[in-house]
Amino acid sequence: MKLAEESYLTDDFLRQLVNVGEVDILVGLPTHNNAQTIGSIVQTIQSGILRGFPRERAVIINADGGSRDGTRELVTGVSIDDVRPASNLHALRTLHSISTEYPNSPSSGAALRTILAAAELLRAKACAVLSPNSANIEREWISKLLSPIYRDGFDLVTPTYRRHKFEGLLITNLVYPMTRALYGLRIREAYSPEFGFSGRLGSQFLGQHAWNDGTEGAGVELRFTLAAITGRNLICQSFLGEKMHVERHAADLVPALRETVGALFSALEPDFPVWSAVTHSQSLPTTGADHEVILEPLRVNRKRLREMFSSGVAELESVFQSILSLSTLAELKRIAALGEEEFHYPPELWVRTVYEFAASYRKSVISRDHIIQALAPLFRGRAFTFLVENRNASEDEVENNIEGLCLEFERLKPYLLQLWESRE
Amino acid sequence: MREMIISELSQALHAMARGFAHFLPRLIVMLIVAIVGWVVAFVAKVVLRSILRLVKFDKLSENAGASQLLAKAALPSATEMLSRFVFWVAWLGFILLGVSVLGILGLQEQVARFFLFLPRLFVALFIMFFGLLAASFLSRAALLAAVNANMPSPRVLSLAVRSIIIVFVLSIVFEELGLAEQTMLVAFGIAFGALMLGLAIAFGMGGRDLAKRFLEKKIVRGKKKEEEENEDEPSPL
Repeated sequence: MKLAEESYLTDDFLRQLVNVGEVDILVGLPTHNNAQTIGSIVQTIQSGILRGFPRERAVIINADGGSRDGTRELVTGVSIDDVRPASNLHALRTLHSISTEYPNSPSSGAALRTILAAAELLRAKACAVLSPNSANIEREWISKLLSPIYRDGFDLVTPTYRRHKFEGLLITNLVYPMTRALYGLRIREAYSPEFGFSGRLGSQFLGQHAWNDGTEGAGVELRFTLAAITGRNLICQSFLGEKMHVERHAADLVPALRETVGALFSALEPDFPVWSAVTHSQSLPTTGADHEVILEPLRVNRKRLREMFSSGVAELESVFQSILSLSTLAELKRIAALGEEEFHYPPELWVRTVYEFAASYRKSVISRDHIIQALAPLFRGRAFTFLVENRNASEDEVENNIEGLCLEFERLKPYLLQLWESRE
Repeated sequence: MREMIISELSQALHAMARGFAHFLPRLIVMLIVAIVGWVVAFVAKVVLRSILRLVKFDKLSENAGASQLLAKAALPSATEMLSRFVFWVAWLGFILLGVSVLGILGLQEQVARFFLFLPRLFVALFIMFFGLLAASFLSRAALLAAVNANMPSPRVLSLAVRSIIIVFVLSIVFEELGLAEQTMLVAFGIAFGALMLGLAIAFGMGGRDLAKRFLEKKIVRGKKKEEEENEDEPSPL
């Protein structure tokens, strides 16, 4: 282990890791004030390990961002004896639960760094990270995320979920299609708080990632996936079931954009030799469904989305002049003036918009964070069109629309390359 | 008598010739200093222009909003302006150095004052440039935050942020230059106080009902409304 990583971990945590020795399975749990749910989640993880890996040496590592509600005590306080009688399961090895508080303010990057450093020190063969914000973690998730690594030799397992057709619109309308078009792999959830990885990939990322690049680990999950792709690691997907959040964060669009689009845009420059050579996309080995869609009605304020798009285009015109081409901006202004019935943000225009934003981000035409923030009102316009298009759509129709958008991203990739290489 | 006049004239001519003989080398030195100064200033201009182009100073200036101001005034680019400024300051410095060689009383003091003023001028320009940069960055940040929070009149808010910063920067610049320090201080105090008072009166009196509704919405119903609005927008992730 590198000295930098060793000094990053506290002495007490290092001592606990040394006491554990080597492990086969490691489950990482990043937390920050999750006392309400963490107890049951740890029990579920223990149950999942007992069921799926009873003969393996396993450890649960809790990387905490300074909880003040007793989260850490709850993690270490859950006894394996509470799990055994209920599930009639028996472990042949000791199952350790270790909790530590990392030095920085709460961030997914710092938490993952702690987990990866622990995994490297313990020489873990297969690791998984689970999010305490997922409301419906099941014990089967442990096997689904770890078995392909431990038994089948994969390096990264990304999840697929059963989602409502209108949930995760940033993933379906930008992250998935753009990642697929650029990197050539059809990874449904390149940005996910739950994933499995091999110890080898973990060590590789720990050593190569610029942990102190000032981004405070924003979107580190997506960066991890992209690093796995560019490192030519074996990747597969595993269907976990329905995705439910403990808390809804619908209004936090800008932080979500920073974590996903910001991470993706910032990876494009170092990854240029890889993605510029990719000409087509290919599917991945997937356990279970590639996707599942929930169709039940959902109350959505579409009017507000369109209004925020229109006002955003009008108010931010001076900002867009620095980012977008004249033709794209003119087209956006045209559709912003349309009424609710006629409004349509076509896939081609959306893809051009995103690619022009990516090129402007690379050239830093204005502050990079401002570029990401400026995308928010335009995304709302695209979300409005997606909601209208799929209001009465069946599962297949929703999937066809997403596939159509993906193909548009792939078709217009030469346009991004052209923008990337132009000096203007 | 005639001889006396001739003698006086001859002495005057001699004195003039002596004076000119003393002055001529100094004049030549001054011209040489001015010519060398022109060459040095020209080289400095060319070198600075190349460096500024290399570091994309025009882009930085565009971000600061300085380029737009220059374009509106039909002036050349920021790189060209700064290069020319350095050329003229350098050449003027050499000319004044040359003039001081002439030994004209009174001029030397002015020359010394000019050289003492130069560092303050550069500091003022430095403050002005980075002040404009900060004004541009923070006003854009305010605009984006207001638009994404769906606040009313985001551009007014952005303009207010920019104006306040620019007024603040200008007051520092004038103070640095030592120009009408007291006047600027008083003017800044009056302008800032008037702005705040105006806003208070406009909000409290003119927009009493609006203020009431706004506060009600923000304090009483704001949280509830926000939650409702959030519920109506699907999760992006």
